[in-house]
Amino acid sequence: MKQSSDSPIILLLSRVISPYIMLFGLYVIFHGHYSPGGGFQGGAMLAASILLIRISAEEKVYELQFKKSFDIPLGAFGVLIFFGVGLTAMLLGGNFLDYHFLPMDWMSKADIRAMGILLIEVGVGLAVMTILVAIYDNLLEGEDA
Amino acid sequence: MKIINYTSLVLIGLLLIYASLGLPYRGDAEALVNKEKSLIGSPVASSYYIQNAYKDMNTPNIVTSILGDYRAFDTLGEEVVIFTAGIICFLLLSKERKSETK
Amino acid sequence: MLDFIAGHYDYWFIILLLIIGLYGMIMKKNLVKKLIGMTIFQAAIILFYISGAIKADATVPILSDSIPNSQPENYINPLPHALMLTAIVVGVATVGVAFALLIQIYKRYNTLNEQELIERMK
Repeated sequence: MKQSSDSPIILLLSRVISPYIMLFGLYVIFHGHYSPGGGFQGGAMLAASILLIRISAEEKVYELQFKKSFDIPLGAFGVLIFFGVGLTAMLLGGNFLDYHFLPMDWMSKADIRAMGILLIEVGVGLAVMTILVAIYDNLLEGEDA
Repeated sequence: MKIINYTSLVLIGLLLIYASLGLPYRGDAEALVNKEKSLIGSPVASSYYIQNAYKDMNTPNIVTSILGDYRAFDTLGEEVVIFTAGIICFLLLSKERKSETK
Repeated sequence: MLDFIAGHYDYWFIILLLIIGLYGMIMKKNLVKKLIGMTIFQAAIILFYISGAIKADATVPILSDSIPNSQPENYINPLPHALMLTAIVVGVATVGVAFALLIQIYKRYNTLNEQELIERMK
């Protein structure tokens, strides 16, 4: 099912819109402490911005934005960020995922916890984005074969 | 056969409606899950989160602080689940492609 | 009586949605339609949890300075929101896996009809 439309209008419009969706996704991830949002929603939005280009352009073009071979390794890296934050806290004397043992002494305990939440939200956002893109890519590939 | 299916659907619906009669009123702040203390006097989880989330981690969004800190282990397991789903898609759909090209 | 209906009618709509999803899963023969039924079923469960979280005259669970958080009555229950947030993403992932399986089934048997599949598997 590799049929991309030839219309330049669709390609131009999705090229214009996609970075703004991506920017809003990043805002949703990083502003998730103070407004509705977080890793899952922001990751889904980042995936939407990537899939928009994947739907409207042909393979040569969308490989320039986000390579197909990157999606599973980056998802593993996102899970690794989450796990690594938990493991760092455990190695420094606390329980698993007990953030206030993280090595950030210049802040108060509550602030260190907020930073820990931010770190794992970035990991979750990365994993959700790449896995949604990976599911789309693999479904497309499997349909072709 | 179809008759049995339809009647079982209707019976399940009636059973669920009968069960819903015992549920608390919509938006009832006095319902058991929304109280400050449970029946045996221990603090109820959601009320504890509302009262202590900002003090514990300086995060105004309580949902984020539950997701990222109080129940972080849950979120870790869930992230592993979606990663596994991605790997399953990859393995299921790219195996046959390789064997065909050989 | 009217009070009771006003307090419970949302559960009945959720049960209706749940029965529609169950109908799709039981009665439809096409596996993709069964999957759509499962998604509707899942949406009903998620709505049930979210509707259990609301409190009258309460606001969203994001703390603001003007509303004190010492009384839990001022903010709606944040716990079901956190649980359902993960459930939605897991639902999307499982639907992806289900589509991958359906593609494999269609490649091998050239049909998605349940009856024909059972006969060919014999």
